[in-house]
Amino acid sequence: MNNQKVLETRIFANSIRQEVFKAISNLGSGHIGGSLSIVDVLAVLYNGEMKIDPQNPKWEERDWLVVSKGHAGPSVYAALALKGYFDKEMLKTLNKPGTNLPSHCDMNKTPGIDMTTGSLGQGASSAMGIALGNKMKGLDAYTYLILGDGEIQEGQVWEAALFAGHRKLSKIIAFVDYNKCQIDGYIHEVCDLTDIGAKFSEFGWYSQEIDGHNVQEISRAIHNSKAQNEKPSIIILNTIKGKGACLTAGKIGSHSMAINEEQLDQALSELEIELAEIKGGEKK
Amino acid sequence: MSVVLAKENNQESVEMRKVYCKALQECARENEKVVMLDSDLMAAMGTKPFQTEFPERTVDVGVQEANMIGVAAGLSVRGFIPFAHTFGVFATRRVCDQIFMSCAYAKQNVKVIGSDPGVTAALNGGTHMPFEDLGIMRGIPEMTVIEPADSTVIDNIVKQVADIYGMHYIRLVRKFVRKVYEVGSSFEIGKAIKIREGTDATIIACGICVAEAIDAAKILETKGISVRVLDMFTIKPIDKESIIKAAKETGAIVTAENHNIINGLGSAVAEVLCENTPVSMERIGVQDIFGEVGSLEYLKERFELSGVHIASKVEKVIARKNQKCE
Repeated sequence: MNNQKVLETRIFANSIRQEVFKAISNLGSGHIGGSLSIVDVLAVLYNGEMKIDPQNPKWEERDWLVVSKGHAGPSVYAALALKGYFDKEMLKTLNKPGTNLPSHCDMNKTPGIDMTTGSLGQGASSAMGIALGNKMKGLDAYTYLILGDGEIQEGQVWEAALFAGHRKLSKIIAFVDYNKCQIDGYIHEVCDLTDIGAKFSEFGWYSQEIDGHNVQEISRAIHNSKAQNEKPSIIILNTIKGKGACLTAGKIGSHSMAINEEQLDQALSELEIELAEIKGGEKK
Repeated sequence: MSVVLAKENNQESVEMRKVYCKALQECARENEKVVMLDSDLMAAMGTKPFQTEFPERTVDVGVQEANMIGVAAGLSVRGFIPFAHTFGVFATRRVCDQIFMSCAYAKQNVKVIGSDPGVTAALNGGTHMPFEDLGIMRGIPEMTVIEPADSTVIDNIVKQVADIYGMHYIRLVRKFVRKVYEVGSSFEIGKAIKIREGTDATIIACGICVAEAIDAAKILETKGISVRVLDMFTIKPIDKESIIKAAKETGAIVTAENHNIINGLGSAVAEVLCENTPVSMERIGVQDIFGEVGSLEYLKERFELSGVHIASKVEKVIARKNQKCE
């Protein structure tokens, strides 16, 4: 990723965060914490890494993204709108009656959503099915999968991991959003995950652990994964739940929270400062 | 629908699983999108011939039913037509949420095959005896729920569901059942099959209870009682028209199923009757108790699912009907 691309991607991430805050505040409350922690990986994927065509969301030869932590819908919707999959105005309908942007990702409602998710763990298996299907069709498309860290407490994730390792599904690139928080507290207090990378490695995966908010590191890790021909890849993203504003960053309660107008203004002004810094070329 | 009834209801000469596998192979030859999934029960299901012919379209995931359903959902997303099999207990109660969300809610095209329904799990015992699977699957929107009575039905239905987009649950005995239809008969999903005409009462049955219902009708015939028999092989969407017609014309209904009397065929029929033409009704089925180990013949007696039991319920329901008339 050259400097220009890094700048562009960071600006894109900042815009996604602003839109997530606006959409959730517009509704009054929502799943903000886990939406904000995956923004940077979404920015990398949608800003050039994934083979996609926003004008043709069902393009047969595209890359695929399964956001298994389906409650992160708001940030995926923001990324899709900003890429032109649908009108940005639609973001204001989040979770409102009759909306095409429901709380959890729904492939039958939202242009650009590749798989319906929401019951944790299940997206892991469906991503394997999509990757296997692409392989059977002779397509060289990548299937990306975003898992929550709390989510990988689900046994189904490990069934899917064993399956992908055994079948050498090398076109799978999965991420764990390791923000260390879940609804009831810190991961290490509720049910510790211990060494995530070691587990996946043991299951036959190529494992990397990086700063999940550094777009250059994310891009580099994806390229390392693409160089693997024998193994599925897992990239553990060290992230901060609610990353983007003081109100939410690192807060256990940010999984789902209310945001009033005043708090929105404060968050947006913090993000504007960050944007100015990015544009000014200052380091994060 | 073009149905020719078997003259005798003796045990078939071919196992249901063999017919299922052969039908699936035929589908796969016609349609390259048909794929088969299993979770380490291909040997039990007799589907190795499919694997031999279509190794690239066979996905045995190992002992991981939840992942199997999820992989099937993903394959469906990519346009394949997955037939995913495991024992009925695992295919429904173990992976209910996977079938609900990744498949049905996501509007996928997965065919779930749950084998060893009810007492046919026999020597695998109560742990493996699905008495609740019809209820679980019936409660999922847009799910079609089918229980074939014999190998002619399964042969015909497998070929049909491969061509109908949407979720299907098929409850399938693996081994030998009694013959009800002649080979070559064809069936219409959602339409009951009238096996016998009758005027005093109607038995509505599915699965292995269809042959038992025919036995019951024959027993009652010797007593001068005329009984209509319907094979309700599609439990959902249920054939309301046939139920209402039977209620109006015979005035009494007995349902017979190899399943808990709660949530299955009997419940589905009762819903239709109550909302349309309430008549006297009795239900043959497992009386809300757990299964146990034993031979099929022992279990049919133990859970009162045989022709004799059905006949006695019919007499009971007719007595009630007549009481009401007086």
